[in-house]
Amino acid sequence: MKVTVKYFGLVAEAADKSEEVMEFNGELTASELKEQCLYGLSIADKDSVQIAVNQNLDDKTTLKDGDEVALLPPFAGG
Amino acid sequence: MDKKKPKKVFVQGAIPPEKIANSVANHQSKTNIGAHSIFLGQIRADEVDGKTVTAIDYTAYEEMAEKVFHEIREAAFAKFDITCAHIYHSLGKIKVGKLCLFVFTSSAHRKIAIAATNFFVEEIKAKVPVFGKEIFEDETHQWKVNK
Repeated sequence: MKVTVKYFGLVAEAADKSEEVMEFNGELTASELKEQCLYGLSIADKDSVQIAVNQNLDDKTTLKDGDEVALLPPFAGG
Repeated sequence: MDKKKPKKVFVQGAIPPEKIANSVANHQSKTNIGAHSIFLGQIRADEVDGKTVTAIDYTAYEEMAEKVFHEIREAAFAKFDITCAHIYHSLGKIKVGKLCLFVFTSSAHRKIAIAATNFFVEEIKAKVPVFGKEIFEDETHQWKVNK
């Protein structure tokens, strides 16, 4: 199964990338994927990073092939 | 702007003050309007540990952000009796003193327009995936978080 992971703001900076395709076998929830992607990164408050799956905030869902997962640091619009 | 036809919210660079005047001028033919309410977000020269912010570099998860802007808009039209609503948000590096958010609502009466503008601003700050890198004069930076 392949999913596209997008990184934004301070997460993209810490990961030094903005996007990658990840391939894995078996079931994985969005929050498990987040944990994997953020592992080892220098981010002070990982709990503040929200997950969007196919552009909807959601950390409970089990990922499907082709999903787009985004790791979103705290919002700062306006 | 007709409420059925959402326009792109993001603009590259600062919002020119002339855009506000032009928007007001464009509504003078709509004579059912009795009140406009405008919110303008301006980049503030915050001081952090002796360093001063000189600009904010805005980025966004644009596809999701445009979708959320649309949802906020739909919610606003359902909640408030407004005639029209326009939102513009900057992307890219915006210097202090420049405008980065322009919310413009119109209604027959002031209280509705003011409440609707407030709703838009609070919803945008809470729900839209926009990220801001505050750049100091020595080119170091920190990431902005909405309070």
